[in-house]
Amino acid sequence: MPEQQTKAKFRWHIVVFLAPAVMVYTAVMIYPLFNTLRLSLFTEVDQSRVFVGLENFRTLFGNTLWSTQFWNALGNNFWFFLVHMLVQNPIGVALAAILSHPKLRFAGFYRSAIFIPTILSFVIVGFAWKLILSPIWGIAPGLLDAVGLKSLYAPWLGKEAYALTTLSLVSVWQFVGIPMMLIYAALLSIPDEILEAAEVDGVTGFAAFWKIKLPLILPSIGIISILTFVANFNAFDLIYAAQGALAGPDFSTDILGTFMYRTFFGFQLQLGDPHMGSTIASAMFAIILIGVCLYLFGIQSRMRRYQF
Amino acid sequence: MNVARQNRLNSLAAHGALILYTVIALFPVFVIVINSFKTRKAIFREPLALPDAESFSLIGYETVLKQGDFFLYFQNSMIVTVGSLFFILLFGAMAAFALAEYRFKGNTLMGLYLALGIMIPIRIGTVAILEMMVQTGLVNTLWALILVYTAQGLPLAVFILSEFMRQVSDDLKNAGRIDGLSEYRIFFRLVLPLVRPAMATVAVFNMIPIWNDLWFPLILAPSEEVKTLTLGSQVFIGQFVTDWNAVLSALSLAILPVMALYVVFSRQLIRGITSGAVK
Repeated sequence: MPEQQTKAKFRWHIVVFLAPAVMVYTAVMIYPLFNTLRLSLFTEVDQSRVFVGLENFRTLFGNTLWSTQFWNALGNNFWFFLVHMLVQNPIGVALAAILSHPKLRFAGFYRSAIFIPTILSFVIVGFAWKLILSPIWGIAPGLLDAVGLKSLYAPWLGKEAYALTTLSLVSVWQFVGIPMMLIYAALLSIPDEILEAAEVDGVTGFAAFWKIKLPLILPSIGIISILTFVANFNAFDLIYAAQGALAGPDFSTDILGTFMYRTFFGFQLQLGDPHMGSTIASAMFAIILIGVCLYLFGIQSRMRRYQF
Repeated sequence: MNVARQNRLNSLAAHGALILYTVIALFPVFVIVINSFKTRKAIFREPLALPDAESFSLIGYETVLKQGDFFLYFQNSMIVTVGSLFFILLFGAMAAFALAEYRFKGNTLMGLYLALGIMIPIRIGTVAILEMMVQTGLVNTLWALILVYTAQGLPLAVFILSEFMRQVSDDLKNAGRIDGLSEYRIFFRLVLPLVRPAMATVAVFNMIPIWNDLWFPLILAPSEEVKTLTLGSQVFIGQFVTDWNAVLSALSLAILPVMALYVVFSRQLIRGITSGAVK
């Protein structure tokens, strides 16, 4: 009887509920994504689009004019990501661990204050740090002088050797609030019974964190890592705001996002080329896809999900 | 007694670490804002001093308000952010409800399809998005931005909201069905109010990137009348780069609205997180 009913009646409300989201998502996200992949197989000859197969990719990887830029951007991007993984996420976890202590006072204040840089735009962050680190203004050298380390000062953003690391750390400064908040939420969701049971067994403080809380929040740390990966590999705004589209000095802060922007839109003497832009976008897509697959099949599937 | 002392030491160390990091987090903002109220000379002579009667000056703000159309930029940003959030939450919640509530052919597949976008950034498709917006005449309109941000926000919204909607009790919904409520009413009257904290979390996590995005305004809507605040301040600062008063004032003005938004929504965010934790 119930089976007959479901067969007889098509449940239109399911379609109504799904349609708006699926339509917008398909039209503005999925379709352009595949269209971009498709465009990477074309080029423009005499103002008309011509199919050239994988020729653009051959140019990108084979022509030294392009390939040196590409590998430079990719390498810089990996360094950018590494700094985030090694600095941002540990600090985020540590702050969350301290904040989640039940008897801590002013926890709300700290949490809100530390999250403030995250809400600021890249433009504000980029320029603010540019001014602070600037040798003209002298705040950074002044502060270092105050602690007797003036000799350590260098115009970091202007030196090829330091600029990328400096910008990575600025980005870490900005986004530390995100891992902090997510881990904080994960820590709060650990049931008290588990911690009480541990306490009865004499496991408290640091030991409780390492042996009980950390394993329980590992899935959250995994999610944060992959979010960081994806965000870093399509980052653009901070570099553009602080160093411009040329990602100076001498392309030392160039990452895939700025490289794609320059190629696609053109800058100064270089003319914009949507097809090469699509080619770089396709390479970025492949990199992100590989990263996400590694995470899904290599890490997440091995993690146990705890159900409380 | 030993334990009590240990506890006090621990709590002291905890506060020390947190205060240190809070200072690191707020210091740049503080420096920018105090210096925006100073004369050019004072900015360079004593960058860390608070403005006093002698060094106080509003010259930077005067330049900014004369030269830049910050009210228009602000309004554009507001329209784009609020519009996108509205569509993300409405469409996202509807789709999440369909996936969480009904068993139908292709449910899992549809869930996976919508989840693809969580991991794949929409920026990859920029070239084709721009082409599409040019063809449909949406380029240099706020609709272009709203559409893009809606599409960008939907996958995560659907994912988070459907997790929450699975927790809404079946008894409640079935009671509603027995009372003759339509599926639409069950969704809008019974389920939506119960997932409000999750909606707030989704809104907050989407609000920040939308408000701060530079990429799409730069590419899809760079003309003067549709500039968002982020792009507007970027262009302004680029033009006035040697006028330190103007740059510092522009930065402070750009910080102001986000801080105001933050004061309003931070309570929502924390409520969302804690209610998610307590369940």
